[in-house]
Order: sequence, then C-alpha cells, then structure tokens
Amino acid sequence: MDTSKPDNSGYTEPGVSGMVADWAADKQAFDMPWGKLMMWIFLLSDTFIFSIFLTGYMNVRLSATDNWPNPSEVFALEMFGHHLPLILIAIMTFVLITSSGTMAMAVNFAYRRDRRKTVLLMAATAVLGASFVGMQAFEWTKLIVDEGVRPWSNPMGAAQFGSTFFMITGFHGMHVTAGVIYLSIVARRVARGDYEQKGYAIVEIAGLYWHFVDLVWVFIFAFFYLW
Amino acid sequence: MQHTALADQTLELHDPHSFVTKYIWSQDHKVIAIQYGLTAVFVGLVALVLSGLMRLQLGFPDTFDFITPSSYLQFVTMHGMIMVIYLLTALLLGGFGNYLIPLMVGARDMVFPYMNMLSYWMYLLSVIILMASFFVPGGPTGAGWTLYPPQAILQGTPGYDWGIILMLVSLAVFIVAFTMGGLNYVTTVLQARTRGMTLMRMPLTIWGIFTATVLGLLAFPALLVSAIMMLLDKIVGTSFFMPALVSLGENLDYTGGSPVLFQHLFWFFGHPEVYIVALPAFGMVSDVLACHARKNIFGYRMMVWAIVAIGGLSFVVWAHHMYVSGMHPAFGFFFATTTLIIAVPTAIKVYNWVLTLWRGNIHLRVPMLFAIGFIFTFIHGGLTGLFLGNVTIDLPLSDTYFVVAHFHMVMGVSPIMVLFAAIYHWYPLMTGRMLNDALGKAHFWLTFLGTYAIYLPMHYLGFLGVPRRYFAMGSTDFIPESALSLNASITVSALIVGASQLIFLFNVFWSLRHGEKAGHNPWGATSLEWQTPDVPPHHGNWGPELPTVYRWAYDFSVPGASHDFIPQNEPPDAAHPTSDEHDERGGAI
Ligand code: HEM
Ligand SMILES: [Cu+2]
Repeated sequence: MDTSKPDNSGYTEPGVSGMVADWAADKQAFDMPWGKLMMWIFLLSDTFIFSIFLTGYMNVRLSATDNWPNPSEVFALEMFGHHLPLILIAIMTFVLITSSGTMAMAVNFAYRRDRRKTVLLMAATAVLGASFVGMQAFEWTKLIVDEGVRPWSNPMGAAQFGSTFFMITGFHGMHVTAGVIYLSIVARRVARGDYEQKGYAIVEIAGLYWHFVDLVWVFIFAFFYLW
Repeated sequence: MQHTALADQTLELHDPHSFVTKYIWSQDHKVIAIQYGLTAVFVGLVALVLSGLMRLQLGFPDTFDFITPSSYLQFVTMHGMIMVIYLLTALLLGGFGNYLIPLMVGARDMVFPYMNMLSYWMYLLSVIILMASFFVPGGPTGAGWTLYPPQAILQGTPGYDWGIILMLVSLAVFIVAFTMGGLNYVTTVLQARTRGMTLMRMPLTIWGIFTATVLGLLAFPALLVSAIMMLLDKIVGTSFFMPALVSLGENLDYTGGSPVLFQHLFWFFGHPEVYIVALPAFGMVSDVLACHARKNIFGYRMMVWAIVAIGGLSFVVWAHHMYVSGMHPAFGFFFATTTLIIAVPTAIKVYNWVLTLWRGNIHLRVPMLFAIGFIFTFIHGGLTGLFLGNVTIDLPLSDTYFVVAHFHMVMGVSPIMVLFAAIYHWYPLMTGRMLNDALGKAHFWLTFLGTYAIYLPMHYLGFLGVPRRYFAMGSTDFIPESALSLNASITVSALIVGASQLIFLFNVFWSLRHGEKAGHNPWGATSLEWQTPDVPPHHGNWGPELPTVYRWAYDFSVPGASHDFIPQNEPPDAAHPTSDEHDERGGAI
C-alpha cells in the first residue's frame, strides 16, 4: 500500500483488508459526530452496568433461601371489578415504547429542521416518560404500603425480592428521570434555535439515550415480571 | 460526510486569560493532566508512608505502640486501594492519558474539554472523600482492598461503620470521574486523529492507553454495582451479599445473601483492573525503549494485537482469584486455562521488547534504565503469576507472602518503573527542562535494587507459609526464627526505597528552575508530541495548522537518512520513503 499519501480516503482495497484499512484510516473511525460516538460508548458502558445488575439479580434469586413470590400475583391490580395480573406493568411498558416512537419522529423532524414539530414531539416524549415514572411511583407505593414489601424484608417470601426490585427499577427510574430532564433541556434549546448553526445531531444523541433506557426496560420487564 | 476536526473549529477553544481559568478551572488537557498527576502523586505518597508503617510493624514487632492490629489492617487496606486505583489508574490514564493522547494523535485537545475538566474535579472529590475516612470515628475501613463481605460491614472489622461507607462512596465517585475522562480518551483516539494518523501509525503508548480505557469503561461497572449493593446492605439492611449469621453472639437480621457473588463481581472488575494499569505501561515502555535504543519497535503489529488480545482475554480469567473460595473443578480448569493463555500474548510482548534492544544503539539514560528495569521486574512477576494461575499450586500459596511478592512485582513495581521512565522521558516536554541525570541514576539504582531486596525474600516467606494481612506472626511452629530477621531486613530495604523517592521529588522540583534547558526534542524522538512549535506546547498544541503524518512512530536509524530519526510529520522524499512496518521493503522489521 502506498503509504506516502497522507490522506487515505478514496483509496480502496478489496475484501476484508480493504475494510480494515478503511476503518483504520486517518481522522476518524466512525462516520458520525463526536458526541454521538461518545453517547454510543457511554451506552455500552451503561449496558454493562445493567447487565451486571440483572446478573446479580438472577444469582441472588437462585440462591435465596426463602420462596420467591409469584410476580403475576404481586403485580396484579383490581380494576373495574376484575382481577388483572400485570396490568399496570403492561400500561407502563406501552407508554414507554410509545415514547420511543415519538422520540424517533422528533429526530426525523429535527433533521428536516422543522423546529415546531421537533419540540412538540420531544415534549410529548418527556411527558410520556414522566408519566412512566409516575406510574412507577404508584407501583412502589402499592408494594410498600399495601403489600408491606421493604428493601430488607418481604412478607411474601425472600427478602431479596424487594431488595432487587427496588434497586433495579429504582436505578432504571433514575435513568428515565434523567432522560426527561435531558430531553426538556434539549427541547428548550431547540425551541430557542440554538442549534441552527451546529445542526441537530444533538436530538438524535438524546434519542439514542432514550431508546436505550426503553430497551433496558424491556429486559427488566422480562426478568422481573415474566420469570 | 467528514466532520470538521477541532483544528477547523478554533472557535471552540476558548483561550483562557486569567490565572484561574488557565491553571485551576482549566479545560486544557495538559493542565488537567498535571492536576491529575500531582493529586495522584500526593495520595501515592500517603500510600507509601502507610507501607512504611506496616513494614515497621512487621520488621520490628512489639516496638511501635501506635500501630495496633486494627490500624495495621487499615493501613493494608488504604495502602492497597490507593496504590491500585487512586495512584496508578489515575496517574496512568488521567495523567499520562490526558497529556499524551491529544499530542500524540495530533489533536488540539480532547474532544470534550469541559467534561474532561469535570473528570478531574470529580477525581479530586473522590480523593477527598477517601482521605476523610482517616478522620471519621472508627477510622478508615480495614477490610482489605478486596472489601469482601460479610466481614467488611460487620462489627469487629475496623472502620465497619463509617470507613467502609466512605470507601464505597469514594469508589463510586471515582468511577464517575473515570467515565467522564474515559469517554473523552476513547472518542479522541477514534475520531480526532490528524491527517495521516491511521490507527496503525499510532504510537504504542496510545494503543495501550486506548485499550486500557476501554477495559475501564467495561470493568468499572462491576465495581460500581457491587459498591451500590454493599452500600445498601450496610445502610438499608438488604441482604445481597449477607447470609444469615451470628455476630458477637447475636443473630443478625441478614438472611439468604451470597458473599461469593460479591467476589465474582469484584474480580470481574479486579482482574481487568490489573491490565488497566499494565497496558498503558506496556505502551509507554515500548516507546521509551525504541527511542533510547534508536531502533524501531520489534513487531509493531504484533504488539498492537497483543495489547488488544490481552484486553479481551482479561475479561475471562477473573475467577483465578477465587480458587480457594470453592469452585466446581470444571470452572477451575477453565479459569486456569484462560489464565495460562493470556501468558502467550504477554510473552510475545516481552520477547519483542528484548528483541527491540537486540543490537540497538542503546543509550543508558535514566528513562532507559527504568524501562529496562521494568523488563526485569515484569518477567519476574509474570513468571510467578504462571505458578499462581494453576489451581493446585495456588491452593497452598494463596493468601501467603508469595502472593504479596507476586502482585507487587507484576502490578506494583512494574508500572511504577514505567511511570518513572515516563516521567524522566516526558518531563522535558512538560516543563522545558531536563531532570538531573546523576540524581536520576541514584534514584534508579536505589529503587531497582531495593525492590529486589524487598520482594525476593517475600517469595521465600510465602513458601514457609507466612500469611498475608497479618499484624504479627506470633509463635508459630512452622515459621523459623530466621523469618523474623528476614522481615527486619525487608523493612530496612523498604525504608531505604521509600526515602530514596525523596531524591526523585527533590529532582522534580529542583529541575523545574535549575534543570538544563531541554530545547526542542532532546531525545531525538519521532512521535508527534515532540514536534510541537513550542516546548512546552501551548494551549491548542499546534499553532495555526495541524501536523500531517506520513509515517509510523518508529523510524529510528533509517539507513540513508540524514538523522538517526525521522519525525512522523516529516514528508517523504525519494531518498527516504516512508516505512510503515507493513511495507514490503522489509527494511523496517
Ligand atoms: C515501597 C513500596 C511498597 C511497599 C514497601 C509495600 C508494602 C506492602 C505491605 C507490607 C503490604 C501488606 C502485606 C500484608 O500484610 O498482607 C502491602 C499490600 C499491598 N500492596 Fe504494597 N507496597 C509497596 C508498593 C505498592 C504498590 C506500588 C502497589 C500498587 C499496585 C501496591 C499494592 C498493594 C496491594 C494491592 C496490597 C494488598 C492490600 C490488601 O491485602 O488488601 N503496593 N504492600
Ligand atoms: Cu487476575
């Protein structure tokens, strides 16, 4: 390969070695703004945090000495005279996934520089996120007040049920809350027109975070409520 | 779409005007690096003093009333934790990573300077929290740097109420600080390299720091999660790690937790941590060796792949720290095997360092002395690691001084040797002055020989069965009298080594004003950091235009060239074409 050329862009080699040469070329490895790559790397790191939380949960659950309560009973609600297992969680999950949809649309409109729609959709996303956190607060209250579950004890069986539940959903809830704040700040700046010069990659970056939080919820949902 | 490099966004670089924005709330990676460095060296000295106190007790038992069994345990714990996390990790990544990455890849700064600044202040906060634990009731935790529950949070362990909480909080804050810095380092290496600086032209220093940072971003989460869980166990009363137990005749409220889970989480972080410390050292030592042997590094590409392979493998060996915790034999077999496999890329690196020296034009200047010293201590510690990686050999040696000797050689002394090499090597760049040579040589020989006087006998103590983390040996049948005199001699050596660091400190401060002027590129190095228009480099590093890179970082003693080195940014001409290692010309390797 002729390495005397300082700039290797436009230089192609066939096959795998071409791909490697391309990726390892100068200036940048990924064709994206710095902030976006940084968000991806942060999310990778955060993925490890949640994976370790969930692995810890599985381990604790398997080695707990007392019975593990049946989640579909614990998380059931009486609504309109019906006994509905997991209904609240179903609604919460639906809300959060919907918010990912509005977020994706916001990103689209941001790149089209339609500031009004972008702001509206981001606001909708934040509201959906906030209502998710609200429902979570309701669920926690129900567990603590009605069922008597505490982080350190649990009348229905293994104490670790409460410990892991509060810890992991709490950590996730904090992520959602942080996301709501983050989205609100970015939306405000979009409304002010702060990004007209720099471009709207920031909306996509915020969106990445939001989708990630949403995806993590799917795993928490599966591990806590369906297992 | 090409995204504009920082070079073209000079607006983004706010030139600081006042003293405060220039040296305190600074966003310049070089200033942040120095801040990190000074803070790390300061806590490092605390840890050094603690080790001296421990040695005093071990060498001369019953002499020092102020060292009680409890305080001994606290010294061990704080010494270990400070050395590993707050000194080595912070100095190698926060210090040298910050200083060298933008300069070596040809960037004006880190990609997000503001976050980089926050990273330092969070680190300082974590250090303050850690130091505060010396002053709270009960003192710092004495749980050992591994902080194993259940004992870490139970009555009977020193610092079980305040110390451990501060330790865990401080670690969590440190992780936040590391993450903010680490995201910057990784993104800068990936996205902000100057024209011509392909990944395979980066100096090995950058490869080492880059890979170590990635390891950190993936391994620290395990420590963060275990710290959170242990804090909950301690403060809220959950039972993640705490089984039902009786303590001081009392039934505790804990029930059904798993202490072994903590060990897995801790070592899933702890083993990669060894390489977070080792890989930057590997990288820096490669560059120092090549430069002072006036030879290209042997097998550059192999070196890069070895770094990456070691990084990957380091995530699948963690349970070799847990052979004595009880483990299914199949797992023992698995982890022993992976541990021995990691020795392969490591050995490749050692061979390549030695082959770099082979028939080189070796200048035994101080950085080179330390770099060669590193090869000795690292081979030494690495070989004992092969012993301990085998289950059957580890079982009798576990928790003895053999282990203490092993890890001090491999992850204590070796990175410290490289750090000294790096400081002597890059000090002229950072300050514009040379360090004094005679003082440097005295410092080297005292440190290097002293190290052996300290740690070689410890292997023997380990074979005798002297356990680690013991305040005193008491009257035990299997430990002969001679072990006591050995301990006394180790202590004397340790005190001498500790004191000889004063030579170094004096040298650093004295040379700041009185050192010989370094001038431009005093070592004749090829990599970009030495090619800045000003020495020390100014804010923004490069003047109006970024450098362009035409070759790898190891064009030393190229036949036919006018100097015995060709800087990376020197354009090729017909007489000396570029020589990346993968050139077919065969001249480079
Ligand atoms: C002059 C230099 C040093 C001396 C004299 C020294 C001495 C000691 C001593 C006496 C112990 C306690 C052994 C025991 O009772 O179990 C110890 C433990 C330890 N040291 Fe050092 N050390 C030095 C440097 C370092 C460095 C540079 C590191 C960096 C990795 C380090 C890491 C550790 C660790 C991780 C422990 C284990 C702590 C524990 O058991 O919890 N030491 N050292
Ligand atoms: Cu290990």
